[in-house]
Amino acid sequence: MSSPSPSDSPPLLRTPLHGAHEQRNARLVPFAGWSMPVQYPSGIVAEHRAVRAAAGIFDISHMGEFLVRGAGGRAWLDTLFSNNLATKLTPGASLYGFFLNDDGGVIDDLIVYEYRADEFLLVVNASKIAEDFAWLTTHPPPAGVELTNRSDAYAAFAIQGPRAPEIIAAWCAADAGGAFSAHEIPAKHGGVAAKFSSDGFVTILARTGYTGEDGFELFLPASLGVKTFDELLRVGAPFGLVPAGLGARDTLRLEVCYPLNGSDLFPDRTPLAAGLGFFVDLNKEPAFRGRDALRREKESGGPREKLAAFRVLEKGPPPRAHYPIFHDGQQVGEIASGAHSPSLDCGIGLAYLPAAIARPGERIEIDVRGRRCPAIIEKKPLYRRPPAATDPAMHAPVG
Amino acid sequence: MNIPTDLRYAPTHEWLRTADGTVGISDHAQAELSDVVYVDLPKVGRSVSAGESVAVVESVKAASDIYAPVSGEIVAVNETLASNAAAVNTDPYGAGWLFRLKVTDPVEAEKLLAPDAYQKQIGG
Repeated sequence: MSSPSPSDSPPLLRTPLHGAHEQRNARLVPFAGWSMPVQYPSGIVAEHRAVRAAAGIFDISHMGEFLVRGAGGRAWLDTLFSNNLATKLTPGASLYGFFLNDDGGVIDDLIVYEYRADEFLLVVNASKIAEDFAWLTTHPPPAGVELTNRSDAYAAFAIQGPRAPEIIAAWCAADAGGAFSAHEIPAKHGGVAAKFSSDGFVTILARTGYTGEDGFELFLPASLGVKTFDELLRVGAPFGLVPAGLGARDTLRLEVCYPLNGSDLFPDRTPLAAGLGFFVDLNKEPAFRGRDALRREKESGGPREKLAAFRVLEKGPPPRAHYPIFHDGQQVGEIASGAHSPSLDCGIGLAYLPAAIARPGERIEIDVRGRRCPAIIEKKPLYRRPPAATDPAMHAPVG
Repeated sequence: MNIPTDLRYAPTHEWLRTADGTVGISDHAQAELSDVVYVDLPKVGRSVSAGESVAVVESVKAASDIYAPVSGEIVAVNETLASNAAAVNTDPYGAGWLFRLKVTDPVEAEKLLAPDAYQKQIGG
């Protein structure tokens, strides 16, 4: 068996939870410049299934947190963010969208949380913290609007899965310092609540996530990270809560076709090509940076290549990033993200393919070490949460 | 870690049963890989040299090359792994065996690690 060789890269950054992961015998791997748990001893598949069936807790402290505060913050962000904060974001809610370059390509995808009127938390990808912040400061906020990079001050967890609401309720009911009271827990998907400490720190609890399950993301002081992680696991254990790593996070998000920046989103691919036009407001005035390029792409007939989701049809080696994709004997692209899907028990993935091929029902072949594995383009998402047995309205066919 | 004493080990974590030429990966290796979902096996009849990449074990996380611990001819492969690749995890020295070699040079097998030396290598 081959072993990974040590790299010459700079030393890896550590989240406040690093020691807690080591204690739990997590396997720590480099990710976006950070040393992160890819899995705990139970393994990726067990963690994945725990999140689909009960709940998992992920350390997402590597992600970036920027705060934007002040009355002109919304208007300023609207000149940089692809979605429409003026019409779609209200206090206590959140909105997904993009920072784009002048070609309409993706710099980063992020969620903007308005945790209090005219106060925003921006959660960006770990690999893009410095780039995003530098880009924002080249479009400086107007007087009265404060932009700060608070990424080092925050620890962050995602608690995801059907039992997550019970776990958060139990944690808030337990005597856990700084927790929210029951009525403050966001009830709606995308909802956000905030707690303000005397030193000005803002702790944020949001009903968002990256797994396709119900769940929460908690942004809290780095100094409380280990204590809170332990508390949540203790309170959550009776509900089936387990620690889960980046490996399960990746298979979970891929099943529901959530994109990963750097794997599925790139500076030379637009949100329209990624099939994420829903999070772009082409009619917003004044325009956001990159909008005109997107308009041109749309007016010229749309993206030539689109990000399609596929499922491998036969048992075989799992599809992985960069494997070539063939259609009618011609190479037409390569895999962006690929994995074995624990929920569907087959290979799945995402790939940029010519628009004529990137359609549900089209057959493709994936080249794995010279072998051609048949696959089919499917509608996104590839996985849907099974309807609750008690809800007759949910029995309509989907897809 | 389970390291049976009747086997020899390659530094790359394959085991060889010298009595019949059966090859698999160690308990340590399966734990490192975790969640094996597919195994690419060599063709029966293929001649392989010691250290040559002959199979690929695919876990959810990564594809890992498996090397022939000694030279020889592939005389059998574990067909049951096609439907039950997880046997590599659950029974790495039994149902999870990979292939069987007709060993060309028994001296090569002598050079593989004894169980205690392999134990030392993996820090057990």
